[in-house]
Amino acid sequence: MKIDANIAALKRTKWQEYLVRFIFGGAVTALAGIIAKQYGPEIGGLFLATPAIFPAAATLLEKHEEKNARRQSGREVRAHELAGVDAAGAAMGSIGLAAFAVVVWQMLPRYPVALVLSAATLVWFAVAVMMWLARKIVWRSLRAKIRKRWHRPVVAGEFSRRKRSHP
Amino acid sequence: MIEILLRVVIGGIVVSAFATIADTLKPKSFAGLLGAAPSVALATVVLTVKEHGAMYASIEARSMILGAVAFFIYASVASRLMMRKKWPALPVSSLALLLWLGAALGLWFGFHKLTS
Repeated sequence: MKIDANIAALKRTKWQEYLVRFIFGGAVTALAGIIAKQYGPEIGGLFLATPAIFPAAATLLEKHEEKNARRQSGREVRAHELAGVDAAGAAMGSIGLAAFAVVVWQMLPRYPVALVLSAATLVWFAVAVMMWLARKIVWRSLRAKIRKRWHRPVVAGEFSRRKRSHP
Repeated sequence: MIEILLRVVIGGIVVSAFATIADTLKPKSFAGLLGAAPSVALATVVLTVKEHGAMYASIEARSMILGAVAFFIYASVASRLMMRKKWPALPVSSLALLLWLGAALGLWFGFHKLTS
């Protein structure tokens, strides 16, 4: 599947939607700091992997898809499914997020923070993309296997043999 | 107070930047990868290192691994509910945050019981 970037898609997003993301992102980041101060770095660290963007992003994606479907009358509304596909991608990205955390945990006490964050971000992206590709390949092979099993051509005499074995 | 405001501004900018990049990408399953971008960590680690030192931030990162595992559970459940059950995104993604919190704290307590 081809990966594509469409800058024109940014025009669909209203300024209020950008504001919601900014407030949500800022609030979660501040909350992570407050919790770390109150309960220590071990509990505070959990909140560095908060699904900060996801609820707002999935809701906006669903809204835009519903609007598009309404504009093109007759088109099936697949908004919930599209948001679900986005969530499946986020699940793959979260494996990259764990890899990011491992790199920061291991490298931060020994190397400069800028170098550690750059390396960890690269590792996050590489692992996330690898997991996304692996999921695609596994799904494709599973689908092909299922199709093969259910749409297997009937060999002459097979049906009568099956019928005899299952009275 | 200034530190919290700084976190709000930097966090808001980083989270918005990742969300804006995700808006432009296709297919949506690929754009979804950016939904799990390390935006909060990128926004806070530098501030944490300046304030408390590298060891403190390193301990936070170790706990973040468990937070990421909880994120995986959260996103997998949300994806299933939206794709199979066709539930709307807002209630699913918001209510499932409780699942993320429960999973993250549960994993943390479990990890501590195992190691102590």
